[in-house]
Amino acid sequence: MKLDDLITSPSPWLEPGGPQSDIVLSTRVRLARNVAGRLFSTRLQPEERQDLEAFLKKAVLKAFGPRDITWFELGDLQEIDRRCLMERHLISRELATGDGHRGVAIDKDQKIAIMANEEDHLRLQVICCGLQLEQAWREADTLDNRLEEHLTYAFSPTLGYLTACPTNVGTGLRASVMLHLPSLVLTRQIEKVFRAVARMRLAVRGLYGEGTQATGDIYQISNQVSLGRSEADILKTLESVIPQIIAYEQQARDVLATESPTALDDRVFRSWGLLTSARTISSEETLTLLSAVRLGIHLRRLEGIDLGAINELFVLTRRGHIQKMRGAELGETERDVARADYIRKRLGAD
Amino acid sequence: MLCQRCKKKPATVHLTEILHNEKRERHLCEDCAKEEGVAMKTQMNLQDILSGMLNAHQAAGREANLTCPDCGLTYAEFRQQGRFGCPHDYEVFAEPLKEVLQKVHGATEHTGKMPQRAGADLTAQRQLMQLRRQLQAAVEGEKYEEAARLRDLIKEKESAGETR
Repeated sequence: MKLDDLITSPSPWLEPGGPQSDIVLSTRVRLARNVAGRLFSTRLQPEERQDLEAFLKKAVLKAFGPRDITWFELGDLQEIDRRCLMERHLISRELATGDGHRGVAIDKDQKIAIMANEEDHLRLQVICCGLQLEQAWREADTLDNRLEEHLTYAFSPTLGYLTACPTNVGTGLRASVMLHLPSLVLTRQIEKVFRAVARMRLAVRGLYGEGTQATGDIYQISNQVSLGRSEADILKTLESVIPQIIAYEQQARDVLATESPTALDDRVFRSWGLLTSARTISSEETLTLLSAVRLGIHLRRLEGIDLGAINELFVLTRRGHIQKMRGAELGETERDVARADYIRKRLGAD
Repeated sequence: MLCQRCKKKPATVHLTEILHNEKRERHLCEDCAKEEGVAMKTQMNLQDILSGMLNAHQAAGREANLTCPDCGLTYAEFRQQGRFGCPHDYEVFAEPLKEVLQKVHGATEHTGKMPQRAGADLTAQRQLMQLRRQLQAAVEGEKYEEAARLRDLIKEKESAGETR
């Protein structure tokens, strides 16, 4: 698999049709693992890091075979390509912007990403469309077992899988659900959700992870606790909370549609109008408008629009992808023009 | 920069507002921002919370000086960075770490998945790590014969682990 093919093909986790996909965009499970008998990645000398990456690459390719999975040496890639991988959630921000020997193995379906030399030696990630916690965990678990046939993990019977940061120790598990909650934002109830979620020891983040602001009304909810609970228990907490949030969002959508249909339509159609007519558009404004259009499609205010295209645009209009599609590095002003052009073309307005 | 509203105190709150599609930047001091009803939402990530907590944790001087013999990390360094240097740190800092784990996870013991392989023997893991450190030192000191010997030994131990 070539990197360019990967970056220009749609992200499978954005496909509509997954369970609860009108509100849940995707489910992601990642396991933090370290190889026994070595220092953690951040403490390694450059040659040791290189040696570890070669070792991990060999183990991964032995476990999966080069036909199913491709290894990318991130230090050799262009900055734009790394950024695109990050925008697709296939590598972390740390791997995209860091330095030194580090890599990622990605399967041909773009469902599995195995990151090497992040803060932990290995980060195994499975990403599914819609709400599929059980499925994503099962696949990550299998991945973990297959890999383990070729290496020994740093593990303590009392503390579990040992990780560079004690916030991940134990199961090393982070399960994360990405939700689109425009109506809870519009009806100003989102803060309530945050408070409820925090009480359950869950974390809320924006579209691109830690510390990023929620744009496009997209929120990622994930477990904070990784120690003292089994993987099944951790998933159970999310499985009990997420459906409630979905129900709140659904209620808020119904309220908007019945109590202020004109205001709702105005917002939806203005957003559609701007997306299909603008000649220059920022990345932030794009997300805001896409969010309203996505809501309009699900509430059947807007008909005949390809939901898949709208979902994809959440990623394809990010800075890296816009530049990748133009095949050149662009300044902010040029990017905004290229973005507007691309959106009009993708939505059939040109 | 001074606050644009009271023009007295330094501006610490920086806002970008979009009004009728026009972008406007405003710089206010904390008091004026509060008066204008700007909600102060601080972006805190897990790392900030953790290092805040670690700093707040009043470790005795003895604990701050604890040092891992394998990776050289001190407990004071850990408190600063929030990251460990090697798996053995969990044993070296076991005592002060208990409180941290209790705060972060509400627990101090693992109850989840176990590796399928019986491997994971802590003593063997540590030995291997020490051998690797020696190897690195030998390469740096250009002691190639020693390095070759250590490399073979590591390979031997590793494959013993794989077949266990």
